[in-house]
Amino acid sequence: MRHFRKVVIAFIGLAFSLAMGCGGGSSPATKASVIASSGQNVAPIVVNSGPANFYANGAFATVTVCVPGTSTCQTIDGVLVDTGSSGLRILSSALTIALPRQKAASGSPVVECLQFLGSYTWGPVQTADVQIAGEKAASAPIQVLSDTDFKAPTACSNGFPSANTLNTLGANGILGIGATAQDCGTFCEQVQASGFNPYYECSSSTSCQAVGESIAQQVVNPVVLFGSDNNGVIIELPAVSGSTATLSGSLVFGIGTQSNNALGSATVYTMDSTLSFTTSYKGTPYSGSFIDSGSNGYFFLDSSIVPALVDCPNTSNAPGFYCPASVQNLSATNQGINRASGTVNFSIANAQTLFANTNDTVFSQLGGPSIIPPASGGNSISPYFDWGLPFFYGRNVYTAIEGASTPGGTGPYWAY
Amino acid sequence: MAGRVWSSIQLKVLVIAAAFVMAATALPAWASLGGDAASVQADQIQLQGRRTMKTSGSYTVHEIQGPTGTVVREYVSGGKVFGVAWQGPWMPDMRQLLGSYFDQFARANQARADQAQANQAQKGARIRRGPVLIDEPGLVVQIGGHPRAFAGRAYVPEMLPAGVLPESVQ
Repeated sequence: MRHFRKVVIAFIGLAFSLAMGCGGGSSPATKASVIASSGQNVAPIVVNSGPANFYANGAFATVTVCVPGTSTCQTIDGVLVDTGSSGLRILSSALTIALPRQKAASGSPVVECLQFLGSYTWGPVQTADVQIAGEKAASAPIQVLSDTDFKAPTACSNGFPSANTLNTLGANGILGIGATAQDCGTFCEQVQASGFNPYYECSSSTSCQAVGESIAQQVVNPVVLFGSDNNGVIIELPAVSGSTATLSGSLVFGIGTQSNNALGSATVYTMDSTLSFTTSYKGTPYSGSFIDSGSNGYFFLDSSIVPALVDCPNTSNAPGFYCPASVQNLSATNQGINRASGTVNFSIANAQTLFANTNDTVFSQLGGPSIIPPASGGNSISPYFDWGLPFFYGRNVYTAIEGASTPGGTGPYWAY
Repeated sequence: MAGRVWSSIQLKVLVIAAAFVMAATALPAWASLGGDAASVQADQIQLQGRRTMKTSGSYTVHEIQGPTGTVVREYVSGGKVFGVAWQGPWMPDMRQLLGSYFDQFARANQARADQAQANQAQKGARIRRGPVLIDEPGLVVQIGGHPRAFAGRAYVPEMLPAGVLPESVQ
């Protein structure tokens, strides 16, 4: 029923978005954005080296978790703001209060495995009242990250190292406030006979079996549980020229629900069912592109015959980033599923040089290679352009949640 | 009493039979990297998803559409799977997909994480949150995306047919 209703809502949303049309043309280049500084829906965020002191381009917020319905609370800072995932995840090592564990029908604790790029998080699902700024998500399922409470099955690790400690995660937690209401959705309602299963029930610390998890029980994007301002978020960070030590901005809840979160002149770019849109770079369109505050650079591939964007040496201080001899000024065009389009200018500098200045943590010109673009069009494997946190500097970036109604239409969409 | 004993044995037979059926359906739904084409044929029987084949010059692409939105493509030439590509809400079972190359893949991931930690301590390097790129002798793996939309490819450079570009594995 729930699912059916959601599909209907999504369909109406799609029809509405299509009807709106949103003509093409080039959206204006970066102009000074107003950053909300007060309001019960405004949480301060900061870009710095993070609690593990090695982050680059990581935006961090402070979150308060409470035992549901009580005043037993803990405030946790250094939580990474991630629009590329949904759900609050907190390191077990950072948590000092006892939050109740969610139980499966069998009575065993529910434990989750969530895949990220190159790592996974693992640990029990627990319930908390989550407070950020003046907003509260009551009895929200969250994930508490730990390698030791339960042993992750090999089907979870899947060949990747875990990110369940401060040293591997680089943050005290992840505040997933992306475009989906839950971290998994209908996929997780039943156990997948062959394939990946995010939810497990663990009858002992070493015995975990995949389990179906209802939508209501899944780790939730806390925003959707807020009493109001629950249709999306805005990340507001000032423009940066080159690099700098730290950067302060705001995480604003709600789109068009208060005087401080209007859509204004931002252009709406709707997403497809894989939460992607199309980025065209050097004349070739790449579907599967996305905007993600949890990625810490511009990740894309330049397939020029003689590329200026050479990779940094593997033995350097910046493996996996670009190290051009001089700053490269580039542009690409984003197009939503609603056909709204706009050009984005950006620059890539030498990451080895950037990181050599150890005081800096904010790098507006940090980029690195993505996966090889497909040989030719067609139905191909194509995540390609990943607009990470540098894209957010100097732009107010809106992320509207799937099925949520906003003055810019029904989510999911990005607007900027 | 005797009847109950027989029921119990029958039950055991049933359970064992069911276990065999479950084990059979849990067999790889696709051939693994470096495996032979015969395994692709065998897999066809096990598939719950839709499978299509397309020949493109010197190789054949076997595409499997899983029931939950996962698509896997196997690239076969000279009787061997030289490349695999996938996309879906989550990553596929990498051990199943990479076969004998899985251990190298896992080692490379761990080495990358260890190296990153060492670099952070010694060289002031920073964390990197972006695509997975493994480029080693004998194995290339690339993974991009985010939760609920991952995609990737893996291939063995030495096994690419003459004239076939790596970006054909897509």
